[in-house]
Amino acid sequence: MEAKTMKERIKNLFLNETLALTILSIIMGLLVGAVVIYISGYRPLEAYRLMLDGIFSRPKYLAWTVIRSTPLILTGLSVAFAFRTGLFNIGVEGQFIIGALAATLLGYFLKLPAILHVPVVFFGGAIAAGLWGAIAGFLKSKFGVHEVIATIMLNWMALYLSNFAVEQEAFKRKGTESSHDIHETAKIGMDWLKESLGAATKVNWGIVIAIIMTALIAYLLFKTTVGYELRAVGFNKDAAQYGGINVKRSIVLSMAIAGALGGAAGALHVMGVSYHVSILAAMEGYGFNGIAVSLIGNNTPFGVILSALLFGGLTYGGSKMQLIGVPTEVINIVIGSIIFFIATNRIFRYVLKCLDRKKLQKGVQ
Amino acid sequence: MFKKTMALLLTMMLLAGLVAGCGPKAPEQQQPGENNAPAEKPLKIAMVTDVGGVNDRSFNQSAWEGLQRAQKELGVQASYQESKQEADYATNIETLVDAENDLIWGIGFLMGETIKTAAQNYPDQKFAIIDYAYGDETPENVVGVVFKEEEPSYLVGYIAGKMTKTNKVGFIGGMDFPVIHKFHYGYLAGVKAANPNVEVMVQYANSFTDEAKGRSIAEQMYANGADIIFHAAGATGNGMIEVAREKGKYAIGVDKDQNPDAPDNVITSAMKRVDNAIFNVAKDLKDGKYAGGETVVYGLKEGGVDIAPSSSKLVPKEILDEVEALKAKIISGEIKVPATKEEFEAMK
Repeated sequence: MEAKTMKERIKNLFLNETLALTILSIIMGLLVGAVVIYISGYRPLEAYRLMLDGIFSRPKYLAWTVIRSTPLILTGLSVAFAFRTGLFNIGVEGQFIIGALAATLLGYFLKLPAILHVPVVFFGGAIAAGLWGAIAGFLKSKFGVHEVIATIMLNWMALYLSNFAVEQEAFKRKGTESSHDIHETAKIGMDWLKESLGAATKVNWGIVIAIIMTALIAYLLFKTTVGYELRAVGFNKDAAQYGGINVKRSIVLSMAIAGALGGAAGALHVMGVSYHVSILAAMEGYGFNGIAVSLIGNNTPFGVILSALLFGGLTYGGSKMQLIGVPTEVINIVIGSIIFFIATNRIFRYVLKCLDRKKLQKGVQ
Repeated sequence: MFKKTMALLLTMMLLAGLVAGCGPKAPEQQQPGENNAPAEKPLKIAMVTDVGGVNDRSFNQSAWEGLQRAQKELGVQASYQESKQEADYATNIETLVDAENDLIWGIGFLMGETIKTAAQNYPDQKFAIIDYAYGDETPENVVGVVFKEEEPSYLVGYIAGKMTKTNKVGFIGGMDFPVIHKFHYGYLAGVKAANPNVEVMVQYANSFTDEAKGRSIAEQMYANGADIIFHAAGATGNGMIEVAREKGKYAIGVDKDQNPDAPDNVITSAMKRVDNAIFNVAKDLKDGKYAGGETVVYGLKEGGVDIAPSSSKLVPKEILDEVEALKAKIISGEIKVPATKEEFEAMK
């Protein structure tokens, strides 16, 4: 009896505490990273100390971590939202690019007072990317084209469309590979913080907007009828259809919202950090990293915020390990391992469940 | 059950460790300042790579080799920060400023704006940049370093023009911007100087990192009859060199001597001695001659560009002799190599 309760307790810890499992995976990922650092001939403790110092030792570093995490919150949220509604949005990279492009176009060519310019640029980016995402949703609902295929192709179309736009004479800044900067009225920098953090730190309102968006999405998904319908489609399309939900409309709507979130990330990045878009030789990875962020955050809105901060901290702080020569690839290994352990956790749970069932069956016999 | 789970977990962890351990070996790291102990604090010099990363077998790697040489010979303390995306440039520079480096390098044209902004934000910090000339607007704390890439490109173009048997040669560019145009038009001029009847196929890959694209472009060019291809496309060009090796065709490398990558196929390389430039600026800095506010130009004359020393292996001696003569003419100014489309067209 005693042993059973013990086992029960451990099982509870493993089966129910998603958070505990995630933290365990993070620790294990860091351990794997330490082994790799050690094998490469460096001191893991020193490297990790540099990383932590690089995140926490100055307010400026914390600010940079937050700045870096901001787009990841929204791209992660975009993927998580789509997951919840039964769609796999690989297109968030392209939606990010479209959002950034639309925001830069509106930010440069329009001349408005800041009070109007900021919302116009932000929503312009989000809506453009929302429409972009809706293309994939439309193709799926109308012709049954799988959204993974459609969004991957849309990613490349977004990349080359953006490069094409930047090449235009009216838009390209002479002597650079970038567009013109957006006007001051479209920027969302917190300039009053720059005095204490240093002029180069691009602190901005993006994080606040990202958190508000996350709360809105959580509300939409879990507290409204539309959200209920979207999730119902995610759980079981046929059952949802039988229950009188318009599945096709839900798919288009879901991809549009996911796209808008990816576009919002791009718009905020332009308005707060980069101020322009550049010719891209390759995908920058804000969207693809969003997939990882979503997975680590267990596809929940709140989890996405935490995991985006973790991801931003690891990549920003981790880059400082290079000061003693540790290659940045180590950080990718750490992140990869964390995802690996989170994924295997699910396998463990599944295995445990199966074993349980077998035991039960045996008991019955 | 719990034991089983743990066993599984541990096995997975070990496996992951094993797999991770097989990854690319980290660049060699020296303990800075241990080999020679100067009385004063050693100079600290660091560089920010562009998105190609420090092991791109090209441009960034060459820069890092220059810094490593400075570390060995001048006793400076060297380090680098790799960039994964454009937004990293600024944060990487910040990291290096905070690490109290005496000089910070930006590697590559694409970092031009970021270095300028940083120079304004940190007026007491010394910067230098490869491949970007600010002209009269060079801030006092920045040295711009540019190369006459058209000159070695002209020479390798001449070799290609002399050695082609099909009268067709190729050029693969990385991205369509001024630095790469210098390779492009210098090469065209060289080919035409050797043999006006040679057709040059030109294609831009729009990437410095996409080896697969380099492969497919090269395969197409070779299939269309080109027997020698020159690239100025960073890691994208590595794909081209691989195709040359598989098909037994000739290739021309860039930036570094790329012959070791395919010893029987890379006939020569248009070397851009980024390493020399980095080393020289480090030496100047040590001697107190930092040329802030200026743009330094490296051509054949200054020893900043050249063709690879390994050229003698595959290129016949008489062609190399002609190349030597051309080199002297370029240095003396008798031959003016075109660096842009306009200059190339004006030449005809």
